[in-house]
Amino acid sequence: MTAALALGDDALVLSHRLGEWAGHAPVLEEEVALANIALDLLGQARVLLSLAGDEDELAYLREERAFRNLQLVEQPNGDFAHTIARQLYFSVYQQLLYGELATGDGPFAPLAAKAVKEVAYHRDHAEQWTLRLGDGTRTGHERMQRACDALWRFTGEMFQPVEGLDVDWPVLEARWLEYAGDVLGRATLTVPQGPRTGAWAAGAGRQGLHTEPFGRMLAEMQHLHRSHPGASW
Amino acid sequence: MATAAAQRTARTEADGARTDTAAYQSAFDAAVAADERIEPRDWMPDAYRATLVRQIAQHAHSEIIGMQPEANWITRAPSLRRKAILMAKVQDEAGHGLYLYSAAETLGTGRDELLGKLHSGRQKYSSIFNYPTLTWADVGAIGWLVDGAAITNQVPLCRCSYGPYARAMVRICKEESFHQRQGYELLLALSRGTPEQHAMAQDAVDRWWWPSLMMFGPPDDESQHSAQSMEWKIKRHSNDELRQRFVDICVPQAASLGLTLPDPDLRWNEERGHHDFGAIDWTEFWEVLKGNGPCNEQRITQRRRAHDEGAWVREAAAAYAAKHTGNTGSTGSTGSTDETGATRA
Repeated sequence: MTAALALGDDALVLSHRLGEWAGHAPVLEEEVALANIALDLLGQARVLLSLAGDEDELAYLREERAFRNLQLVEQPNGDFAHTIARQLYFSVYQQLLYGELATGDGPFAPLAAKAVKEVAYHRDHAEQWTLRLGDGTRTGHERMQRACDALWRFTGEMFQPVEGLDVDWPVLEARWLEYAGDVLGRATLTVPQGPRTGAWAAGAGRQGLHTEPFGRMLAEMQHLHRSHPGASW
Repeated sequence: MATAAAQRTARTEADGARTDTAAYQSAFDAAVAADERIEPRDWMPDAYRATLVRQIAQHAHSEIIGMQPEANWITRAPSLRRKAILMAKVQDEAGHGLYLYSAAETLGTGRDELLGKLHSGRQKYSSIFNYPTLTWADVGAIGWLVDGAAITNQVPLCRCSYGPYARAMVRICKEESFHQRQGYELLLALSRGTPEQHAMAQDAVDRWWWPSLMMFGPPDDESQHSAQSMEWKIKRHSNDELRQRFVDICVPQAASLGLTLPDPDLRWNEERGHHDFGAIDWTEFWEVLKGNGPCNEQRITQRRRAHDEGAWVREAAAAYAAKHTGNTGSTGSTGSTDETGATRA
């Protein structure tokens, strides 16, 4: 179940990152919104990981090199602009991908049909904030542009084919570029120029090659579970 | 018997005319006596309004600050199910804060103003949130004891004389009851788990029991606002009465959890039909209230930092709204239009 792990890990890791915002959001409504999105993603992760095995064993007992998530979702939260840019890039991808999977008859169709509704909301939320930050104040514009630029190199990995997903990846990528480009344009932001994958040619996260912050994130996430082998919670 | 409707009529008739405070006051008194709801547009005594603003704001602040001790464990929750439950709970608390600020706003103070008072220390929040969450079991102890005490306190507020507050409490209590059951269930899983898990649960209950009893406020003879609040039917029961009710509820629950409560003087009193319990350390209570608890500084610093670091976000949203809809937006810009972009640590 390579695909279940890939999609499940994406949702699990991004949910965890969003969970780090609790109590730190810029405005009370965003405490609610970010937690809400984190919960949706965690729900998706639980369904997907359960397709691949035991959800808790997979989440808590695998090591860094066994995780299959995109490098994009493990990126640290940074400021609110970085969190929104990461969410925009990923939500547009998820909405397109789940939209495709929902119309097929593969094993992910039922999950995708449910998740695509949640994801549309996540995408809308990220899009609205991209517009507000990009086209509000000069500070907001600069910060949002910086965030979009910084995360751009992680967007290519989303379109590396995933074993077990019957999707026309180049078409998906073209649609993603068009949609993301349109949002950035409306937000008066410049579409970043530069490579869309890192120095590793491989779809690194999908192959278990991650970035430095990820190991620390896992250490925190798994510590308690690993301290009590075999215990139930 | 004057009704709220009659009261409103009296107000409308007097609109623009000479204010007859005595007539208003007696209409207000009659409405409270008849257990009717006072609504935002009704006349009310200034002191009633001030008391409500203070209490509702403190309640809202408690929800917001109260997110911190629990959010402290979101990233370390030991199973995905528990993580989802905890995330949902912290999200609910943010929602409760929103309800309560809205209720406070019906009395004529804005959310920004109230947050300003929280950040500057002029308004308080429940002292329970100045204790640290040291282990995972603390999440369960907070659910069972802290939310349990909150419910004991808040269920009577569903019949509070001020309508918007009473209605907010109905919604909040439903969710709080759910949180409390989740906390109890979390502790039950630990208590019946490995010896280490059981010890973790017992340790958490030992540390949270007395602070939870302090949540009901000082003893009746030292409570400043109690008498007046009860007269106005904002409060329905005294601090000590609610505290006793809470102890009586917790004793059998602790027994079914297989955990003990850290009070050697705790025993059933047949004559009173209640449990007797030991003396509360009021010195600790007043110290924590004064700002000398374990986490006072940490909690308020984090709250201020979130607010300050988020200023540019709120300003961007307000500017965007002004640009695109011709209004000034509603995300509560702080009025500072700092364009330097410097991150304020």
